[in-house]
Amino acid sequence: MATTSLRTIGRSVCRVSRRGFSTSCDDKLVQPSSKSTNLYSAINQALHIALETDPRAYVFGEDVGFGGVFRCTTGLADRFGKSRVFNTPLCEQGIIGFGIGLAAMGNRAVAEIQFADYIYPAFDQIVNEAAKFRYRSGNQFNCGGLTIRAPYGAVGHGGHYHSQSPEAFFCHVPGIKVVIPRSPQQAKGLLLSCIRDPNPVVFFEPKWLYRLAVEEVPEYDYMLPLSEAEVIREGSDITLVGWGAQLSVMEQACLDAEKEGISCELIDLKTLIPWDKETIESSVRKTGRLLISHEAPVTGGFGAEISASIVERCFLRLEAPVARVCGLDTPFPLVFEPFYMPTKNKILDAIKSTINY
Amino acid sequence: MALCLKTSRISIHCLKSKMGLLSMIKQDSCLSSLTHPQKPPFPTRNAQNFRDPDANFRMSATLFSARRLKSVKAEKQFCSLDNVDHNQVLDLPGGKVVLTPEMRFISESPEERAQCYRVLDNDGQLIMCSNFKKVGEEIAVKMYTDMVTLQTMDAVFYEAQRQGRISFYATTIGEEAINIASAAALTTDDLVFPQYREPGVLLWRGFTLQEFANQCFGNKADYGKGRQMPIHYGSNKLNYFTVSATIATQLPHAVGAAYSLKMDRRNACVITYFGDGGSSEGDFHAALNFAAVMEVPAIFFCRNNGWAISTPTSDQFRSDGVVVRGRGYGVRSIRVDGNDALAIYSAVHAAREMAISEHRPILIEAITYRVGHHSTSDDSTKYRPVDEIEWWRSARDPVARFRKWIESNGWWCSEAESELRNNVREQLLHAIQVAEKIEKPPLAELFMDVYDVPPSNLCEQEKLLGETVRRNPQYYPPDVSL
Ligand SMILES: Cc1ncc(C[n+]2csc(CCOP(=O)(O)OP(=O)(O)O)c2C)c(N)n1
Ligand SMILES: [Mg+2]
Repeated sequence: MATTSLRTIGRSVCRVSRRGFSTSCDDKLVQPSSKSTNLYSAINQALHIALETDPRAYVFGEDVGFGGVFRCTTGLADRFGKSRVFNTPLCEQGIIGFGIGLAAMGNRAVAEIQFADYIYPAFDQIVNEAAKFRYRSGNQFNCGGLTIRAPYGAVGHGGHYHSQSPEAFFCHVPGIKVVIPRSPQQAKGLLLSCIRDPNPVVFFEPKWLYRLAVEEVPEYDYMLPLSEAEVIREGSDITLVGWGAQLSVMEQACLDAEKEGISCELIDLKTLIPWDKETIESSVRKTGRLLISHEAPVTGGFGAEISASIVERCFLRLEAPVARVCGLDTPFPLVFEPFYMPTKNKILDAIKSTINY
Repeated sequence: MALCLKTSRISIHCLKSKMGLLSMIKQDSCLSSLTHPQKPPFPTRNAQNFRDPDANFRMSATLFSARRLKSVKAEKQFCSLDNVDHNQVLDLPGGKVVLTPEMRFISESPEERAQCYRVLDNDGQLIMCSNFKKVGEEIAVKMYTDMVTLQTMDAVFYEAQRQGRISFYATTIGEEAINIASAAALTTDDLVFPQYREPGVLLWRGFTLQEFANQCFGNKADYGKGRQMPIHYGSNKLNYFTVSATIATQLPHAVGAAYSLKMDRRNACVITYFGDGGSSEGDFHAALNFAAVMEVPAIFFCRNNGWAISTPTSDQFRSDGVVVRGRGYGVRSIRVDGNDALAIYSAVHAAREMAISEHRPILIEAITYRVGHHSTSDDSTKYRPVDEIEWWRSARDPVARFRKWIESNGWWCSEAESELRNNVREQLLHAIQVAEKIEKPPLAELFMDVYDVPPSNLCEQEKLLGETVRRNPQYYPPDVSL
């Protein structure tokens, strides 16, 4: 089951990307210098560029020296030396605390947390330290050069501790940004923006897509804007909002809905905080309906925030309650993963019931 | 005990480094029984009696300390096993280990407690043969002046809190020597990642009394823009990172910053301060381990003042204090008498040299006592005897001890003393008055600096709040302008 769905999503991602899944890259990005690239290689390219273009950039984390367990840091230590790309002790609070101090000295500190599931030992350093470093000093000090990369989300067989989507915890923290890319092209451009952004950023990488998602990625240095959502598919009956790996699932649901005559607009939020309310709002003003989908448990998920904000802004325009198709309120399961997940069929059902409300 | 040290100068100082700890303890107790006047006026404890904060370091603190200041010069991490028969050696990724047929557990505590380095005895006299960094008149007088200023600032600000003029305060009483002498041994290029009981470091670097007062009053001139409680100072100009209330979080920051200094080949180090309580936090472990592995020029300065709010060190750890943790992480360490300004100055000076020239972290544990309450929200007589506090306040006062030393050098006199105290008090009262009158930061500052520029949600919230306040000004503090 897990393998089947993995293959399905893999295929869908490839196809979607060929269909211009990453529309914000525009035609100008897909130039002769582009190459068919998977997500981890796109991340790897971004890290190469970050280190190349800024002598004050550093990349570090558990097992980063040999290339990382997901190969994202392959070749970096050889190219830039062990003093700029290095292993750290196995201690997440140490990694982020170290990164804050490094960033506070005017460096770009790119810290890797091996899995988002293991970011919690560093929660205090992120929430109480990184996020408040500028504010509490009256802007005398900042650690804006800090970027925290972590693979997140389902992978078909990850169970409790290799599958989580902890983004909502961090969306409750003023002072940091939270960014999640959906594809290789997006990942490269967004990661470079995060690394160069003057604020601490948590960048969650959809680990299911590391190898599966392949698309044309320009080889040169480019950045994609933060806090700008993107309409990746236009439609008129209902707005769908998601981020990261979930978008390819949502895209499939949109295609199926289309066959039944429902026109869906699909939006990639990309930056979860500070988020682009305006793009969602104007889409919902057009369609009158909203569906949000994420892998994280539905209760207290970021979908709740989007829902509340859009109801505030579009109450009279809404023709149905806002629908949320999300993970269940259980720990992330193993055998039951296919039941837990906000799959295409669940989304399709929710689209139809929202339309028929 | 105090006297026994003095006596020891006469009778036993020449035995010092040859003598083992046990003989010292015997010496100590027999001397104390002869010379009781300065014996603590409260029952001394045995191992079970762990309410006495002194118990953790009594043995070591009584030791004189003409011991060598520097640890064995760049001792190789592990001695070479080249000559050992390879059948008796286990070759591991982390190096070779000798095998033994004997089943022998390593003891949970070393045979001797770590000794405590001291230069000035309780009467402010140099202990003979002591090895220390010379301090000239100018520096010594500034050190003393700053210690007195710190004491006076504590008295005046504490009083201001009691009068309800500021919301909170915590004193540094008993730890003036730690504050000032450690600062004096560094340069302003060295970065400070403080806890909250080290304002003396800022004072030494030139933070003015007005600047201290502005922070405590959270007025418009506070660099922190009134966002944090009193005593959360910070100064970019003086390389003093803003205090965070969260215990020990600054320790890993110090490592990252020190790594940056090393990469930039700067002739500077980082010092970070923390308490005995802080040494139990995960961040302490993380930072020491990272510092050792990353080989960074960082000084970890532990103020072991016996208490973490109401928790005595005996409820905090079972190790011989904090100094012994250094070895566990591969970090060179030293224990110093935290009430002896010259010992602290010398130890920090040497630590700085080693940190920078050898790219290595150093751990310093200064043994002292928190003479004040934890803060203005605490009454420490609820959990410790008043006479214990008083004994440390009077018999062990680090400022008085240092004064005796500079007086014996002819660098200070009682006229200078009263003039200084009066002067500083005047300045502080004036600073408070001024700070109190300066208006609060404007409301817009609430929304600034969350990010480099305010995002749309904050702009929206600022606008809404402004309208609310304009509609109902009676519900909001009048001294904050819109
Ligand atoms: C992480 C954290 N836990 C608890 C507290 C509450 N707290 C403030 S100070 C303190 C005791 C600190 O003791 P120590 O480190 O010995 O420093 P000292 O006050 O003695 O200088 C505690 C528990 C805190 N500030 N941060
Ligand atoms: Mg303490």
